[in-house]
Amino acid sequence: MKEHLRRGGHWLLFLLLVLWGARVADAQSSTDATFLSTLGELREAAFVDKEAIIDKLSQSGHPSIHAVLTAFLEDRLYFRNEDQKVFLVKTTEGDLASFDLIDPVSLKNAGAEVPDKLTKIGTNNRLRRVLRTSVARFGLSSPDLSVRLEAVRDMMRALDDANVDLLRERKNIETDSAVRKEIDTGLALAALDGTDPRGRMDAITVLSGSLSQDARNKLAALVDKNAEGNFVETDEQVRKAAQAAIEHIDQWRSFYSAIQTLFFGLSLGSVLVLVAIGLAITFGVMGVINMAHGELMMIGAYTTYVVQIAMPGHSGTSILISIPAAFIVAGVTGIFIERTIIRFLYGRPLETLLATFGVSLFLQQLVRSIFSALNRAVETPEWMSGTLQLNEALGITYNRLYIVIFTLLVFAALLLVLKRTRLGLEIRAVSQNRAMARALGVRSEWVDAMTFGLGSGIAGLAGVALSQLTNVGPNLGQSYIIDSFMVVVFGGVGSLWGALIGGMSMGIINNLLEPYAGAVLAKIFVLVALILFIQIRPRGLFPQTGRSAENS
Amino acid sequence: MLSRRQWIIAGDDPGGAWLLAVLAMVVVVVPILNRLVPASSAFHLSAYGLTLIGKYMCYAMLALAVDLIWGYCGILSLGHAAFFSLGGYAMGMYLMRQIGPRGVYGNPELPDFMVFLNWKALPWFWYGFNRFWFAMLMMLFVPALLALVFGWFAFRSRVTGVYFSIITQALSYALMLAFFRNDMGFGGNNGFTDFKDILGFALNSDNTRVVLLILTATALAASYIACRAIVGSRAGRVLRAIRDAESRTRFIGYPVESFKLWIFVFSAVVAAIAGALYVPQIGIINPSEFAPINSIEVVIWVAVGGRGTLFGASAGAVLVNYAKTYFTGALPEIWLYALGTLFILVTLFLPRGLVGLVPKWSKDK
Repeated sequence: MKEHLRRGGHWLLFLLLVLWGARVADAQSSTDATFLSTLGELREAAFVDKEAIIDKLSQSGHPSIHAVLTAFLEDRLYFRNEDQKVFLVKTTEGDLASFDLIDPVSLKNAGAEVPDKLTKIGTNNRLRRVLRTSVARFGLSSPDLSVRLEAVRDMMRALDDANVDLLRERKNIETDSAVRKEIDTGLALAALDGTDPRGRMDAITVLSGSLSQDARNKLAALVDKNAEGNFVETDEQVRKAAQAAIEHIDQWRSFYSAIQTLFFGLSLGSVLVLVAIGLAITFGVMGVINMAHGELMMIGAYTTYVVQIAMPGHSGTSILISIPAAFIVAGVTGIFIERTIIRFLYGRPLETLLATFGVSLFLQQLVRSIFSALNRAVETPEWMSGTLQLNEALGITYNRLYIVIFTLLVFAALLLVLKRTRLGLEIRAVSQNRAMARALGVRSEWVDAMTFGLGSGIAGLAGVALSQLTNVGPNLGQSYIIDSFMVVVFGGVGSLWGALIGGMSMGIINNLLEPYAGAVLAKIFVLVALILFIQIRPRGLFPQTGRSAENS
Repeated sequence: MLSRRQWIIAGDDPGGAWLLAVLAMVVVVVPILNRLVPASSAFHLSAYGLTLIGKYMCYAMLALAVDLIWGYCGILSLGHAAFFSLGGYAMGMYLMRQIGPRGVYGNPELPDFMVFLNWKALPWFWYGFNRFWFAMLMMLFVPALLALVFGWFAFRSRVTGVYFSIITQALSYALMLAFFRNDMGFGGNNGFTDFKDILGFALNSDNTRVVLLILTATALAASYIACRAIVGSRAGRVLRAIRDAESRTRFIGYPVESFKLWIFVFSAVVAAIAGALYVPQIGIINPSEFAPINSIEVVIWVAVGGRGTLFGASAGAVLVNYAKTYFTGALPEIWLYALGTLFILVTLFLPRGLVGLVPKWSKDK
């Protein structure tokens, strides 16, 4: 206790020094100091007093007030036991060994601290309500568009008179149309509780153009009956309008959710496509079943992990660097496998399958020996995390969006290589007629090695993409390899377009079935459907034609 | 008929003769070592040893089934673990019903996992499995039916080679996923275990184990003789013709699809019997038995032993599994390296497997 007091004394001394310093410094640092000292009062104040302190802080007009109050609201405001300094904590989620601290004045990083040495500044329900209003008010006047939108949405969740007034006020000066629309929705939601049926009608008209769940729930409540069996809404006209508005909203929401499902299917499919086009080359063009393909993918994912370890703090750049790195590492590994094992087994597809399976076991164990059997997490760079919120009902996560784009880029690049380069020409020549190609001077051995390297490199690229979706572990390859074999069989062996269309449609079908059948049953349905599909088209969607196809 | 039996015994098939001799020795020696040699002696065979030998013989039977279709008909199935597991599950269902009220929840009708899942009545597909003969019938019938339907679809549309391998793998994978589901009514990911007795004999007694082991050895010998008979018959020659030149055989006028279908079904049944013998000895069956890697491992046993020799496949199964038991115990780190390297070396340097090292055993393939 004494210790505590002594520390408090130090703090006071420090504060006096700061205050004294503030007087001689410029006006900005004087507000900083007042702000900091007011903030300091929060540490030991009772809940009732905290309310007053919050008011005081709000009126200080300090630039970081919004961030501080938000942190307070989200239970991220702490003080350090040792020097009693108040800090914002970046995040408290997920059992962290230490919290990243943020300075409340400058909002810059201020090191890290173990949670045991920090004390949280607590809130209660009443305080949180006050905080929410304050945060919303600051949010509404923020120059940042997304902050304003978020603030309006927050306020819509707790519409009281104060909030409605705030929204009205803002509506007159708001310049951005999206925010205005959101404010309109909020005001309409409030107007639904009004006494004037005309006002309610107008509100319904506004709300029917909205997609938000809040609006729908509120409208649905209108047409419901209460406990006594009477309609909540007494005016029949209004009830009808509300019913129509609900249907309108539902229609659009289900439309957007269909688009969302489609997109999720596409993103799942693009991973399959990435894996499958690598397979399609080795499996189709060369007639080699590469069971180690999944492990080459795993090598790509581990390359991403290693590159990230090598350059800490630059997750954005490291992911860009790991794309060529993974391609080269996996490609060279592939060429090595081809030169040492597969070239002795051409024309014996079943033996190749066994040998490459051996390679896959070997690689898995190698990775376990080097990196241990534990899964490793690859950090997602900032520009890849988060969601692109197109509207209330449709949000697209950036990492999935980027993976779809990445897949299409890789596909286009591969197509260019095959159609426009000399290597591509030779690859196609050897795959169509090896003997004739050799007779015309194509070094078929070299082409084989390069083809295998190309396919393996693409597996490495798939690994980079996968590292952004799941953890990197020794079993990473196995979980996707069977699915991608399905894709190759479905699309037609050796057909890149088959792999693209096959992968995308399998992803979409899987995602369409999932809500009805559950993840596992959906997968089983797809497999059974594939087996039946093979009955109709034994050589896939895009079968190889020509003389060479007969021999495979 | 007589001449064929003479042919088996009389040395045209020295490898097979060795296999049968070894099995006969197992049947005689193992019970003595376990029952008569005192536990203190160094020659005493423990219950663990019994289980291990029984397991190897079940695997040998599975390898036999795979070699019959891969070695002699060129059908590479990467889904034979599925037939093995289905046979095992049929036996497991019988054994589960035999537990009766001795389960943790003491329900005389429902197995423990059903009580745990709050099921009120036995699902229809569990009816009859309290009777041994019915369970055994299903053990043969279900895998055979699956092989028949699947094979009919696959062979009819001329799905061959790698395509066939991959869709059999998909079949096995789909079954694994299905059996992992609790709703399927097969115990979910825990599968069946805690068996008590079979036909009234306690499974944990060494007497029962010895009898099971003798049964397994007999079944293995019988399947070997049956496979050898098929391979040595006129039909066997057609099978080999299909393996070497499928289109040509078809054009000569043989119904290739029927030959492939029946040999596939037969092979599935042999695999299922192996699975059914495996479960009471090991004491557990769960969905991971369906895992695609298991099927691939079987193919490896066959390749290591010697594809297209039958006895070589069985020997390969025992050898690889003995190595696995040893390495996973002594040097677990090394095992996957060793197995991986084994696959590579065998395919590169021993295309005819270990049997290929003994020229007189591997002639006339």
